[in-house]
Amino acid sequence: MSTKALILVGGSQRGTRFRPLSLDLPKPLFEVAGHPIIWHCLTALTKIDVKEVFLIGYYDESVFRDFIRDASKEFPQFVIKYLREYQPLGTAGGLYHFRDVIQKGSPKRFFVLNADVCCSFPLKEMLQLSDDREAEAVILGTRVSNEAASNFGCIVSDPGKRVLHYVEKPESHISNLINCGVYLFDSSIIFKIRKAMEVKAKRIASDPLYDPTEEGSSDDVLRLEQDILGPLADEKNFYVYETRDFWRQIKTAGSAVPANALYLQKAYQSGSEDLPAASATIIPPVYIHPTASVDPTAKLGPNVSIGPRAVVGPGARVKESIVLEDAEIKHDACVLYSIVGWGARIGAWARVEGTPISVTQHTTTVLKNGVKVQSVTILAKDCVVHDEIRVQNCVCLPYKELKKDVANEVIM
Amino acid sequence: MKALILVGGFGTRLRPLTLTLPKPLVEFCNRPMILHQVEALAAAGVTDIVLAVNYRPDVMVAHLKKYEEEYNVKITFSVENEPLGTAGPLKLAEEILGKDDKPFFVLNSDVVCDYPFQQLAEFHKVHGDEGTIVVTKVEEPSKYGVVVHKPGHASQIDRFVEKPVEFVGNRINAGIYILNPSVLKRIDLRPTSIEQETFPAMTRDGQLHSFDLEGFWMDVGQPKDFLSGTCLYLSSLAKKSSKLLTPATQSFVHGGNVMIDPTAKIGNNCRIGPNVTIGPNVVVGDGVRIQRSVVLEGSRIKDHAWIKSTIVGWHGTVGKWARLENVTVMGDDVTIADEVYVNGGSILPHKTIKANIDVPAIIM
Repeated sequence: MSTKALILVGGSQRGTRFRPLSLDLPKPLFEVAGHPIIWHCLTALTKIDVKEVFLIGYYDESVFRDFIRDASKEFPQFVIKYLREYQPLGTAGGLYHFRDVIQKGSPKRFFVLNADVCCSFPLKEMLQLSDDREAEAVILGTRVSNEAASNFGCIVSDPGKRVLHYVEKPESHISNLINCGVYLFDSSIIFKIRKAMEVKAKRIASDPLYDPTEEGSSDDVLRLEQDILGPLADEKNFYVYETRDFWRQIKTAGSAVPANALYLQKAYQSGSEDLPAASATIIPPVYIHPTASVDPTAKLGPNVSIGPRAVVGPGARVKESIVLEDAEIKHDACVLYSIVGWGARIGAWARVEGTPISVTQHTTTVLKNGVKVQSVTILAKDCVVHDEIRVQNCVCLPYKELKKDVANEVIM
Repeated sequence: MKALILVGGFGTRLRPLTLTLPKPLVEFCNRPMILHQVEALAAAGVTDIVLAVNYRPDVMVAHLKKYEEEYNVKITFSVENEPLGTAGPLKLAEEILGKDDKPFFVLNSDVVCDYPFQQLAEFHKVHGDEGTIVVTKVEEPSKYGVVVHKPGHASQIDRFVEKPVEFVGNRINAGIYILNPSVLKRIDLRPTSIEQETFPAMTRDGQLHSFDLEGFWMDVGQPKDFLSGTCLYLSSLAKKSSKLLTPATQSFVHGGNVMIDPTAKIGNNCRIGPNVTIGPNVVVGDGVRIQRSVVLEGSRIKDHAWIKSTIVGWHGTVGKWARLENVTVMGDDVTIADEVYVNGGSILPHKTIKANIDVPAIIM
């Protein structure tokens, strides 16, 4: 039976942590492993029987127009539509607001995917679990380190995968099984949301401490994590599918680098023809856009994406990095653990460098002399690094020109 | 004529290089430091050279044997059983230095300049007093001992002012002297300082003169100054259009002042200079950038490396896309892995560096 899918894309007021890259492009459209972040969600949905995909967010309609046009051609198996919230309604509030569209045609269940997760999306397995248990809801979970767990929604489950308890970002240790931001709901969840809204309204009415100016406390704002999943756990029909495969969030701009690595590794392992084979100058996985120009003496990889019309000069070295559209890396330059923004230019013998982070590490900061700095160096749009200059652990806002060596700084 | 070169101890300030070779044998601009001095002394007619040392490594003895023949000089090691300071070694070598009544040269082994021995000897003979010290002008005299002349006299020294607070002059002791054998009578055989004891006594008697040094001067006893001294020496060669420098017509020479041993190999699309020396049998790969650096014998600089203000020790390896800067010193046989960054690393011999050194550090 066909299902629908909703991808929560957020809005420009959100995703500030993706700056400086989100100053020039909405995060869901940022390309990792050669494709926009939401393209990877759509690709996952092609593996199951989905006829309709809705992007829900509060960006302007024009933002996704070109992407939807191109994606509709690339993914003819489903219809893609953008549903715009005119005010942030919260993740559950948005679902409720668009309940008619979701419920049209009476689908039995629907997927909800957060656009900012990078994972293998084991949607088939989630469907299977839902069938086996006649579940009202299935959530994708993954294990993280105990220290990292309290930054996420924590799930306590029984050996039969039933969710017993759910808490968003607990202060104390609850569980190291966390919410991956991918859900499969029975259509009846819409009624649950309605009920939760009523409960909340009642609580607000009788709560003398209620502060309407506090974030997330508006009547219409209802969050899936806090307001729905917790109560759902009490109803014994909520299950968790634990993925052993890769998973990470794409929150900060720097997290695009490990996400790029994970998606490239996945594509390479599945034998993608888009990726060049290993050679003296290619350490896979590497993605090179067909319009990019890479000198045969340049060495790339692993985990490198080179965007459209980008130019990589003779004897340049690029490793663990994303090089965006129209960027240029001149001869003998070295780019490690970095994002080279659209149209940015890196001079000859320059060195642009971040600090290695493991793909399983969920933070993108590193301590340097006791100060927290971004581990990935990011050059935003049209930045220029002069010949022989070294840039380490820096975040550089658009249109800046770097003429001196810099380290551990944000350059406004 | 005779000369004494104050070599002293283990040259710890020039470690990690001096963990491998005694300081006088470390190559400065592709020739052992002591050779620059031996050659200049021999050219000025010196036939007897005393090396005042605290220890006598076999390797040094063997090398100097070679130079004795090459320059037709007699080199004697004068070994101190305890450090005798800067004057004591003169007394210890009295037998040689005082064997005739001709004056003798004394020089500090760390000093590089255009040694003016001939003119110094002539000047000394003309004024007829006991001693002459070479002085050089510096920008910041407050860091040194400054020479003050007698009023109305151009060369006779009145006194020395150690690290002056107020400006009293900008000429400092350059560590090169010519002295009459009579000076040896002023020195006891004990640890004693020529600057603080012998010279003040001579000035009191009006017996000490100064001689202005032309051109560059540098004490190259530590890595930072070793690099600065290299720049000065190469610039001085450039002014003389010396054949020792690699011609600027070579495509890879950038900004001049580049000295490359003929046995070294340079790859394609390199940019080398200004102020670089490259020793024998060094192999430099393609797309390499080197500036203000010293690359010692037998090293390999791989493709696309970037090197600035660095001493690459003997038989070192610098990996592809590595970046070295800020007075990095690689000891003998040190390897820097591909893509590694080293900021002011002082790396002891036989180490392999596989991770960045972000802040200056000594790697044991």
